[in-house]
Amino acid sequence: MEQNFDFKAVDSILEFYGNEQKNLITILQCVQADHRYLPREILEYIAEKMGISLAKIYSVATFYENFSLDPKGKYVIKICDGTACHVRKSIPILEKVRETLGVTAEKPTTSDMMFTVETVSCLGACGLAPVMTINDKVYPAMTPEKAVELLNAVREEDNE
Amino acid sequence: MGYMYVDGMKVKIEGEKNILEVIRKAGIEMPTFCYYSELSTYGACRMCVVENERGGIDAACSTLPRDGMKIKTNTPALQKHRKMILELLLSTHCRDCTTCSKNGSCRLQELALRFGVKQVRFENNRPEKEKDTSSKSIVRDPNKCILCGDCVRVCQEKQGLGIIDFAHRGSKLQVMPAFDMKLCDTDCVNCGQCAAVCPTGAITVKDETEKMWDYLADPTKRVVVQIAPAVRVALGDEFGVEHGENVLGKTVKALKMMGVDSVFDTVLSADLTVLEEANEFVERVKNGGTFPMYTSCCPAWIKYAENKHPELINNNISSCKSPMQMFGSVIKKWHEDSGDERELVSVAIMPCTAKKYEVSRPEFTENGKRIIELSLTTQELATMIRGAGIQFDELESEYLDAPFDMGGSGAGVIFGVTGGVAEAVIRQCSDDKSSGAIKEIKFIGVRGKEEIKEATIQALGREFKICVVHGLANAEKIIQATQSGEAYYDLIEVMACPEGCIGGAGQPFAISPERDKRAKGLYHTDERIQIKFSDKNPSVGYIYDEIVKGNSHEMFHVHYGK
Amino acid sequence: MMLKSREELAAYRQSCEAALSNQSIRVLVCAGTGCVAGGSLEIYKRLIELCEEMKLDVQVTLEKEVSHEGIGIKKSGCHGFCELGPLVKIEPMGWLYLQVKLEDCEEIAEKTLKNRQKVERLFYHDETGMYEKQFDIPFYKNQTRIVLDECGQIDADSIDEYIAFGGYKALERALFEMDSEQICTEIEESGLRGRGGGGYPAGRKWVQVLNQKETERYVVCNGDEGDPGAFMDRSIMEGNPHRMLEGMLIAGIATKAREGYIYVRAEYPLAVDRLKRSIDAAQRAGLLGDNILGTDFSFNIHINQGAGAFVCGEGSALTASIEGERGMPRVKPPRTVEAGLFSKPTVLNNVETYANVPLIITNGVDWYRSIGTETSPGTKAFAITGNVKNTGLIEVPMGTTLREVVFDIGGGIKNDQEFKAVQIGGPSGGCLTLGAGQLDLPLDFDSLKKVGAMIGSGGLVVMDEHTCMVEVARFFMNFTQNESCGKCVPCREGTRRMLEILERIVGGTGKLEDIDLLEELANTVSKTALCGLGKTAANPVLSTLKYFREEYIAHVVDKKCPAGACQALKVYKINPDKCKGCSKCARQCPVGAISGEIKSPFTIDTDKCIKCGACKSACAFSAVEEV
Repeated sequence: MEQNFDFKAVDSILEFYGNEQKNLITILQCVQADHRYLPREILEYIAEKMGISLAKIYSVATFYENFSLDPKGKYVIKICDGTACHVRKSIPILEKVRETLGVTAEKPTTSDMMFTVETVSCLGACGLAPVMTINDKVYPAMTPEKAVELLNAVREEDNE
Repeated sequence: MGYMYVDGMKVKIEGEKNILEVIRKAGIEMPTFCYYSELSTYGACRMCVVENERGGIDAACSTLPRDGMKIKTNTPALQKHRKMILELLLSTHCRDCTTCSKNGSCRLQELALRFGVKQVRFENNRPEKEKDTSSKSIVRDPNKCILCGDCVRVCQEKQGLGIIDFAHRGSKLQVMPAFDMKLCDTDCVNCGQCAAVCPTGAITVKDETEKMWDYLADPTKRVVVQIAPAVRVALGDEFGVEHGENVLGKTVKALKMMGVDSVFDTVLSADLTVLEEANEFVERVKNGGTFPMYTSCCPAWIKYAENKHPELINNNISSCKSPMQMFGSVIKKWHEDSGDERELVSVAIMPCTAKKYEVSRPEFTENGKRIIELSLTTQELATMIRGAGIQFDELESEYLDAPFDMGGSGAGVIFGVTGGVAEAVIRQCSDDKSSGAIKEIKFIGVRGKEEIKEATIQALGREFKICVVHGLANAEKIIQATQSGEAYYDLIEVMACPEGCIGGAGQPFAISPERDKRAKGLYHTDERIQIKFSDKNPSVGYIYDEIVKGNSHEMFHVHYGK
Repeated sequence: MMLKSREELAAYRQSCEAALSNQSIRVLVCAGTGCVAGGSLEIYKRLIELCEEMKLDVQVTLEKEVSHEGIGIKKSGCHGFCELGPLVKIEPMGWLYLQVKLEDCEEIAEKTLKNRQKVERLFYHDETGMYEKQFDIPFYKNQTRIVLDECGQIDADSIDEYIAFGGYKALERALFEMDSEQICTEIEESGLRGRGGGGYPAGRKWVQVLNQKETERYVVCNGDEGDPGAFMDRSIMEGNPHRMLEGMLIAGIATKAREGYIYVRAEYPLAVDRLKRSIDAAQRAGLLGDNILGTDFSFNIHINQGAGAFVCGEGSALTASIEGERGMPRVKPPRTVEAGLFSKPTVLNNVETYANVPLIITNGVDWYRSIGTETSPGTKAFAITGNVKNTGLIEVPMGTTLREVVFDIGGGIKNDQEFKAVQIGGPSGGCLTLGAGQLDLPLDFDSLKKVGAMIGSGGLVVMDEHTCMVEVARFFMNFTQNESCGKCVPCREGTRRMLEILERIVGGTGKLEDIDLLEELANTVSKTALCGLGKTAANPVLSTLKYFREEYIAHVVDKKCPAGACQALKVYKINPDKCKGCSKCARQCPVGAISGEIKSPFTIDTDKCIKCGACKSACAFSAVEEV
């Protein structure tokens, strides 16, 4: 997939935060916010500009769960499997969502790049367990059925 | 600083940065995987655990010595923990020990034996990962990696490169270049220090001994070997010879026994380098050339400059070929002139892994044939000697071969240690050539294992500022300082490896104080050699008159980026 | 409004107080993560619309210019009773409406806002009756809310309300009446201990930083609340961010630091948002920035958002992460107080700890020490979840017994099951059990440490008799091994191997030797791991092994799960007396394990059965039984 990246946008991120290593994580977060993942070309560009070795940037990017080196779907679904959600049966929801979208733990994104399914260890919304988020919006007291309905609703809305 | 008690023994605390150093001083060999006194303390392997007075457990590498402190290094609980840690490490480690190139020198193997690990109760269910053999110098086998991070730290802290780093986390943690690239696609300079510090077979130096055996067995080949200065004071380590003892004579003998046709000494071509580099320096002074001038012997440094500072290449960096390549040109010419009908195979025994890369560079290839066919490390030579069943330590010395049997001068010998090239060039340029002056040069500040040294000399009627660095991270500091105008030097010597070639990654692994003994060995040799100046070496005259015949520019200089 | 002196702040406070008293009714719509997810923001908007339609005078902010009375409608922080959200609180009556829906708004506006009448059906009801006032509800009545007091009581986004409620008085006192040493001494004497885990005395930490030679220092707030099941820090950051900022400012004065960093988990976007706006507001008010209130004290606060790594809750990993590195803990020494963030002396405390500081400075050491126990003064917030009737966020004095928390506040076990145990302190903690008589154990740092558990960040998961403790250990181990940074061998390899063993045991393929190996591993990990998280990673295993060893043995020897929770160990059988031979179960079985003739009892081939339970849910006669 040939892609042209907007390096000017990266430049302005770098300019805003500065080239010191302490800003690396914030810079990566901004890049990911723009692209929904961290494209290799941009990481190479950042390494060059910031004077940090590419291996170091890769090392930081792969350490944190929120960074993705693969393109993510337009809608990122997170299913909480924190203690409270787990005891209130979050796993069947996860399984149902994965089944419905045809994704797995290894391949979390649908081929049409619409959805990415992830788990998260606690969203801190334990009183509403089990919860699920779609692009950071929290949906409380989920069931496998409700989750599927929600997916359909999202799809429909997107079509409009 | 006071005293502490190690297993009941009273041990003086003398400024040690952690109790591990105190314990080792007391003669107890604490097991470690991730501790090197020369790198930052990482504290991850947890093998050096000790019991404190309260029965708690601390890692010795990261515990400060305290007056009156009492620790135990060997209790049943500690033994159990160490065994468990080893068992855990072994459980995810490739256990094909017998066919591993680190067999016999692997720390994991050694400690498993030492602590009597007799069983591994966990299944190795890690998916097998691909070996990376793409580099000219280094082989990376992730299946043998124990994630101690020594390679990561040496590459970052000493070389300032960060070619390999940790990736992912937890049980998926791995050491790899960015995006799991092949080493040959990275900016790796082939210094091999990662392989030198690797306790297991995860990063090793490429083994090319088989090729050498093939050449030796081939009657159509004329195998000519040159031996680098630093090899002679390190090879003995592998055979129980005193650390730092010069074993050149035995090495020549061993090579001859294995069937090498002629054995020469790279010290002689170091003399050529001294003359060429001194000339170049004087030329630059006279003609207002570019300063600072950087030395060019170290192939890892050249590659580093190409990657990071192309502005220095073919400009600030001396145009002199490395001594190895100079001798390569001489041997080639000498062979051509000799009328010998066999095919020449020029081999170099080097302390260096980057030389394996250097010999493959297009600049050192003519009509598809390398000027130096093969560069073997000191350790590879040791492997061959053992393979041939030679009792190295009992060998009689043998002389080098004609026509270069005179070897090199004292100035060429010290090329193998940090500061040596600079000292040799200074000696050559110095106005005063008396023996008193030589002794003085010793003390101007180029000797010693400090990472960055500065010296000032009087020559050509004025004062010159010299800088000597080892470790590419230090080289970068100096480049930055000179480019920003913060510092000025006329001549800068750069060697990538710790303390120069004596600490090369092709050498038997040694850290100080063993490594210091190698430096002593070279300086001692310099003292014993009658000829102190490169230009006073009669062989040098012979080469210029009979072999070079005015072609010195072509034979001894190089333009990178061919 | 840039306040340049103490007097200006005092005058400003007066105007805020006056504006507040102008609001005859205050409606606080909970805008914590939980209630927002339940639609509270729509409720907030709807209420404003309705009031405007009814021509009621609505004030969404403190309007200091207005001289007549009005209705204040605001978004508050979390009230803690998330399960019954969205919550709407009406002041000054103290009424609490629960599970408010958008449709309820009209009634609330009409009855309550216009006519000051109750909407009784929205009050809390249980078997003991109806409760109109928030603090009469048993869940709240038995709490002592001093840190969370303003969460839910004030507009979380308004610095004016915070000031009107006495906010930044402690800063005033610290800035104008005390010097660094005095503040450190006061905090030390108060006995305040770090609320993030180990309970290290905060004041002692501050003094150590104050006494460093290096003059560049940092104040860091750990808001990387990663323990699954704990969200008190989030509630404070979302519900009363200024309280925490004020605490950090005081720490700055006490340790002569000029820069503060707040590290917030990436999963808390609302907290980040509120903090950012609070910092802005404080800067505009002259309470943050250069020459605060005209003094020579300057202090700035930066926010760093985490990127998803539990281990960053560990101090040295957190500072590494702020520095832009992998969040891997490093060896100590040097300690954080000597060389923490950017290798400079650093005070590192968590959100709840900082939120306690202004209280101590304002109310004094004696007041503070009158709450809690001798060695653990003050209160502790707990997030109580699991099989308990009332889940949510609570705050009780240190030393409150587990029984009071679970039964008086939590309302006892859900569905009237038997209490079995609580897991306290999340994946680093341990369990307290009925069997060991720990129901009357006082919850404080030292009592818990004695029994091998810890407060940790304050997660309390209540478990009933149907909870399998081996599965609980597996769940936490799965979490820890996922979150291990991988640096040290014992944690990286040890947690993985422990998880494998636990998976075998709950999966029915465990052997008796596995239990010994598990224990051996747990010992090595807890004794030799590099960081605090690694050292405590084995706690769930060690504590379940200690109290519930027989459950482990039942799994491996009898291949039975005594709690009946482990799916793989269930055996499904058809009771021939109940089976009518309808074949429905056989048709539902995905693996064809059920056979039989119509109208006579069917049987299940246990070798083929995958224990999915489809037959059981299909059977109309309850003939399929788990044994």
